[in-house]
Amino acid sequence: MGRTKAEIHPSMASQHTATAQAAQPLTLDGVTHSYGTGFAVDNVTLEVKGGELVALLGPSGCGKTTLLRIVAGFISQTNGKVIIGDRPIDVLPPNRREIGIVFQNYALFPHMTVAENIAYGLAARGESRAVQAERVAEMLATVRMEGFADRKPRQLSGGQQQRVALARALAIRPRILLLDEPFAALDKNLRLDMQIEIKRLQRQFALTAIMVTHDQDEAMSIADRIAVMSHGKIEQLGSPVEIYDEPATLFVNNFIGSSNLLKGRVEAVGSDGYRVALESGAVWTLAAKGRFEAGAPVLVSVRPEQMVLADEAAPDRLPVALKLSLPIGGALIHDATAAGGEDIKIAVPRRPGALSTGPGAAFAALAPHARPSLFPAASS
Amino acid sequence: MSAAAAATGASPVRDAVEWRLAAPLGLTYVVFFAAPFLILLGISFYADAEQTRLGFDSWLKFYTDAFYLKVIFDTLKLGVFAVVATTILAYPLALVFRASSPRMQRVLIFIILMPLLTSVVIRTFAWIVILAREGVINQTLMGLGLTATPLNLLQTELGLVLALTQIEMPLMLLPLLAIMNQLDQNLIDASRALGASKWRTFFRVILPLTLPGWIAGATLVFASATTAFISQSVIGGARLVYLPALIWQQSMVVYNWPFAAVASLTLLFTVLSGIMALSWLGRFARTT
Repeated sequence: MGRTKAEIHPSMASQHTATAQAAQPLTLDGVTHSYGTGFAVDNVTLEVKGGELVALLGPSGCGKTTLLRIVAGFISQTNGKVIIGDRPIDVLPPNRREIGIVFQNYALFPHMTVAENIAYGLAARGESRAVQAERVAEMLATVRMEGFADRKPRQLSGGQQQRVALARALAIRPRILLLDEPFAALDKNLRLDMQIEIKRLQRQFALTAIMVTHDQDEAMSIADRIAVMSHGKIEQLGSPVEIYDEPATLFVNNFIGSSNLLKGRVEAVGSDGYRVALESGAVWTLAAKGRFEAGAPVLVSVRPEQMVLADEAAPDRLPVALKLSLPIGGALIHDATAAGGEDIKIAVPRRPGALSTGPGAAFAALAPHARPSLFPAASS
Repeated sequence: MSAAAAATGASPVRDAVEWRLAAPLGLTYVVFFAAPFLILLGISFYADAEQTRLGFDSWLKFYTDAFYLKVIFDTLKLGVFAVVATTILAYPLALVFRASSPRMQRVLIFIILMPLLTSVVIRTFAWIVILAREGVINQTLMGLGLTATPLNLLQTELGLVLALTQIEMPLMLLPLLAIMNQLDQNLIDASRALGASKWRTFFRVILPLTLPGWIAGATLVFASATTAFISQSVIGGARLVYLPALIWQQSMVVYNWPFAAVASLTLLFTVLSGIMALSWLGRFARTT
């Protein structure tokens, strides 16, 4: 609506459309939604930059889907504003928001062919048949589904339906792309392909996008930034690396990746960090973020790959009893019990041909450059 | 496909058991429907009321007389009107039902089913109280000063369609509600997000995808409205003649059984033609 239609040569389509409009930022300003007494979304403020893909990551019931539906206009929020560019869109019904959505189950219209599905949004905009046909061909080429125009959705595989759903959403030249658990229904092998595909299209069309997911790997792999949500709030917003390496809260720490939580006590606060005595027997000096007094009980979070195994005892090594060793991909995961009774997982790179080592006693130490996180113990 | 493959692989004993299970109903069907139907067909080829002479006289008399042709037409028209009226009322209600909470849905189902708990005769007589010259509608209209003289609603097609619409409503609603409730909300949301208005979404997505439910409902309403002897006779009275009343009159008053047989078969064909038209429409319901 209102925008000039780019002249499109099928092979040139992508480059053309990418520059046809500047990606617009999406701003959520204090968005709150309450059901009865509880908050589904609690005062969420988030700015998605133009052309950026932000993942809303969290367990089910954390409010991420509600937030997505608010942006799409299917739910009107109790409070707060949704702004695209510099224009609040809260008063607009869903059909005037120019937002493309890909649903978890794709929601392709079962009574229409692939071509009719893709043309649906164009027909709703009153585009001529010629424009519709041209755009359908262009979109089919974009998602590499030429030759499927006359198929019905039920004749397509999951991955193909996903591509058609993307083509349908992108055909209307949306200002914002919303992805609702886009990979949940796909086979594991197909997921990576589709993640690359979606990332490619999102870049190519320079789309501002929000993806809702409960799968951290999906979020990690394609999001520019991740907003980890819990109980209707954003717990942490940051790049995948930040979220993984420097979780702001214990919730984020536990939700992202796996980690060993070791109980300890701050012995001293020095210039090089906190000296923490672990209950399991080692003393570590950690340059972690946060403010802790000497004597404060803390939880030290160490990722399995941040630990190494050694044969000899040392003050900074904690004695562990190895139970199981599982070769998982390129790593060997040791399942061990620390002296304090805490279960610990240690991942070490597996040397080619090396088999799992048997049970026995060993000593676990921090790997070089490991940056464990510290959390107040009371918050657990 | 897989069922057929399984059947060919099954032992003949198992096949025999399946047939015997259907036998009681099948036998009943043969004795009480197929045989009487053949007798009826036979009787229709008697030329005179006393059934002494064979011939096509009854058929010719029925299908060359403008009065009887009008009866056929009126019966068809009544069925179509009932279907149209129930459709117009049922779709909005089905949309409301769909949007309701599960608890509200139970309440609505109860209200919808309530008319079925009273007999058609009682409901029909209730409509007399409502439609009569001194009835509820006329008293209200006259009380409001909207009309000076009472409207004639009894023994009119309008009154009959009104009553039939209420009486047949559950038949339209139940299949429609069932299919409406199964419709994936994401399809409606997808349509809206793609830029379609609520109306467009209704006509392009909701209507085509719920058409099978509507066809089931419309079939029931059509068959039931065209054969509603009690309602047609009590509300339509002597002024409006439909096929069921004609059959009754020919068989029980005039005692012209061959002619009544022709009328009966005509009613059967009338209902069948309606059902066939609806199922033909069903082919265009491209739901998959």
